[in-house]
Amino acid sequence: MESYELVVIGGGPAGLAAAIEAKDNGVDSILVLERDQELGGILQQCIHNGFGLHVFKEELTGPEYAERFINQLNDYGIDYWLNTMVVDFNAEHVLHCVSKEYGFKTIEAKAIVLAMGCRERTRGAINIPGTRPSGVFNAGTAQRYLNIEGYLVGKKVVILGSGDIGLIMARRMTLEGAKVLAVVELMPFSGGLNRNIVQCLNDYDIPLYLSHTLTEIRGKERVEQVVVSKVDDNRQPIAGTEIVYNCDTVLLSVGLIPENELSEEAGVTMDPRTSGPIVNEAMETSIEGVFACGNVVHVHDLVDFVTEESRRAGRFAAKYIQKQLVDQENMVKTVAGEGIAYIVPQNVRIRNLDKQLELFMRVKQVYSQVEMVIKTNRGILKTMKKRHMAPGEMEHIVLAKEELEGNDIQEILVEIQEVQA
Amino acid sequence: METKKMNDVIVIGAGIAGTFVARELARYELDILVIDQESDVANATTMANSAIVHAGYDAKPGSQKSFFNIKGNPMFDQVCEELDVPFKRIGSLVIGFDEEDRKTIDKMYKAGLKNHIPEMSIIEANHIKELEPNISDKVRVALFAKTAGIVSPFELAIALAENGIENGVKYQLETKVIGIEKQDSYYDVHTNRGDYQARNIINCAGVFADQISQMVGDTSYSIHPRKGEYYLLDKKAGKLFNHVIFQTPTDHGKGVLITPTVHGNVLVGPDSNFVGEKDDVSTEAMSLQEIRNVASRSSDKIPFNQVIRTFAGLRASSDIGDFVIGESKVAKGFINVGGFESPGLSAAPAVAKYVVEIMEGISGGLKEKVTFNPRRRPMVRFAELNLEEKQKCVEDDPNYGNIICRCEQVTEAEIIDCIHRNMGATTVKGVKKRTRPGMGRCQGGFCEPKVVEILARELNRPIEDVSYNGSKAYIVTEETKKQI
Repeated sequence: MESYELVVIGGGPAGLAAAIEAKDNGVDSILVLERDQELGGILQQCIHNGFGLHVFKEELTGPEYAERFINQLNDYGIDYWLNTMVVDFNAEHVLHCVSKEYGFKTIEAKAIVLAMGCRERTRGAINIPGTRPSGVFNAGTAQRYLNIEGYLVGKKVVILGSGDIGLIMARRMTLEGAKVLAVVELMPFSGGLNRNIVQCLNDYDIPLYLSHTLTEIRGKERVEQVVVSKVDDNRQPIAGTEIVYNCDTVLLSVGLIPENELSEEAGVTMDPRTSGPIVNEAMETSIEGVFACGNVVHVHDLVDFVTEESRRAGRFAAKYIQKQLVDQENMVKTVAGEGIAYIVPQNVRIRNLDKQLELFMRVKQVYSQVEMVIKTNRGILKTMKKRHMAPGEMEHIVLAKEELEGNDIQEILVEIQEVQA
Repeated sequence: METKKMNDVIVIGAGIAGTFVARELARYELDILVIDQESDVANATTMANSAIVHAGYDAKPGSQKSFFNIKGNPMFDQVCEELDVPFKRIGSLVIGFDEEDRKTIDKMYKAGLKNHIPEMSIIEANHIKELEPNISDKVRVALFAKTAGIVSPFELAIALAENGIENGVKYQLETKVIGIEKQDSYYDVHTNRGDYQARNIINCAGVFADQISQMVGDTSYSIHPRKGEYYLLDKKAGKLFNHVIFQTPTDHGKGVLITPTVHGNVLVGPDSNFVGEKDDVSTEAMSLQEIRNVASRSSDKIPFNQVIRTFAGLRASSDIGDFVIGESKVAKGFINVGGFESPGLSAAPAVAKYVVEIMEGISGGLKEKVTFNPRRRPMVRFAELNLEEKQKCVEDDPNYGNIICRCEQVTEAEIIDCIHRNMGATTVKGVKKRTRPGMGRCQGGFCEPKVVEILARELNRPIEDVSYNGSKAYIVTEETKKQI
């Protein structure tokens, strides 16, 4: 059996940041397990720029962003195994993995960081009716074909979903000579970042149809047509609004799902709202010594936030290994109040906080001119004015540790309130 | 191309019927050619159905459906063992909600007794809940038939094809029959890929069986395909149900079923709608919603948020309401296996034996092939192995260390093997049918590019020529940064 202080599952941005931070905090024996043929995760296929504005104060491409971490990992001499799939792990921190190069291995660790990322929601999950020809791709899969393998997946494209990958792929396919006929979004607002709508659609005259959806895919062997319909307030297609597009390709950008099959099999408690593990201030899951960070916990918009969250996980994993984490009986719960879809972390042990508590959350719908109110059982802690809020943009709140000290706080609630005129 | 070579038998159609018939005939000294218009065996009705081996109580006593279902059911254990195909005798329940249903169930039970179906019983609410904790509280009574089972029909057909080839059967795919000419003692079969000759033809052409039959002047039946749509649920839902759960048929319809699959998913469906075109396997929002509504009567715990795919298949329903199995009255040596809708899968092993009997009658006795081997080389299913076995596999062949499909835990070694078997996969769907990459919750999102790459490499084709299913179902259009 191999033995490491820390094993990180996943060598994407989350895993890399966690491993490097753990090393910086005194953990010497670290192993990163990556299933793909190189480190960097999905960043490697995100060849557009716009990464790193927060962390590096400059604009990098995905591979450039990844490279900085990979270089540091190499400088630190942190072990990593590529093309290696973790088969399972358990609450005793024993895991099995398999690869061509290393064979079937059993590894024990003092702590584990889960950084498996997420996967795309598929056509099956959203039940688009019609035939089942080739030419229907998840946007990320098409991105891999294009940017990693070097192949274009189609020439006339309709994209369902205005999540960031869909928007990025609208531009990318256009630049490679494909015609993107339309981006179709079920909701009355886009799920992607505003800057991507401007830079990827508007700049290329690609129409965005809000409150529309795909109601049929046609074609026997390859996609031949799609039918797009307007939807009502209940997101049901309105008869008579059908538009038929002749196209050979459909890209789906209809949401991401944290990939937690390993976590669930190991018995990690999940939050149905995030589809990720319930974590505490240390990014520790319900299994002691098993930490999680990045998109496996909740889907982020920006890799910078993944990096920051993962550094926290790496730092706390180091503390755990060094037995510096304290348990406390009265775990403070974070509560998603009116208008808030979820909050991460779900639990907080105030004593373990360094100086501050960072809460990450998403709102359920688009808001303008509202207040974000943070309350504890002591009363209102903080009120923040918000000009515009949307589910596609993650919200971030920082609370000072001293504001939360004392043993009387049981919960921290965040809610959206209309501004009183 | 084997143009003009005289065959003893041409089997038209490589679904469950055709592959079964060919494999049974392969026990004898016969030249057998199976042709199919699709790019793979088991690509139409055999690919999309309920995958159930029925106990046999519900077909009309005296019908061919009833006769062959009852004989076919007990034959599955042996053939699936010989061919290493997943089969589970999990039992079925026909559930009833009221007195009307109870009467129907009673009738089915009595019909079953008459048909000598073993291990049937009528059970009450408490017992039903013990067997199926997630079933609706409104269920009062059920017909429990222990001999019903589930199988993977396309894996069975592929295995039958492989075993047939092992024993001398030839397969010719992407070959569409466009005409048949009767000569004095044989048939000329005209196809898009040339002409073939055979003394006997076995028509296993599924929804197209009537058209093939008409080519020899036999207009005794016609096929009116009925479409059935399904939901396939994630393996996470796989432990919710333990048996095939039918609803009691009423005047309003047969209801829909819920069943575990042999791979641990849950299947919900089908509905039944006549379709005009024989290749209409599109799904429709309204039909799917209706299935959902009807299925929810059986259980309100079906997690429809864990659906990973919806699909539709066609039933080859004949206008006479029964199978059409036997030598044509107007064409000697032309044997129909027509109208092969449910319980066709359950009946297939018995039908294949019966076709052998007919052939014996026609040719005045068949000579057994001494070299016949009923077994095929087993499949390694890495995901199902225990840790020690996995370890051993990887030691023996490092390609078992490369997991290509993370959802179903399929290794590169398994994919390479399924491409190089004698009825090897040539398409992404072919690989998916044989070893399951793309069958899981990500639906190929991660593994498809890798499967495409392996197919291209192993078949020595450019990536652009690798298709999802058949030559026109291309996946990529062109390389973007071609070196000039």
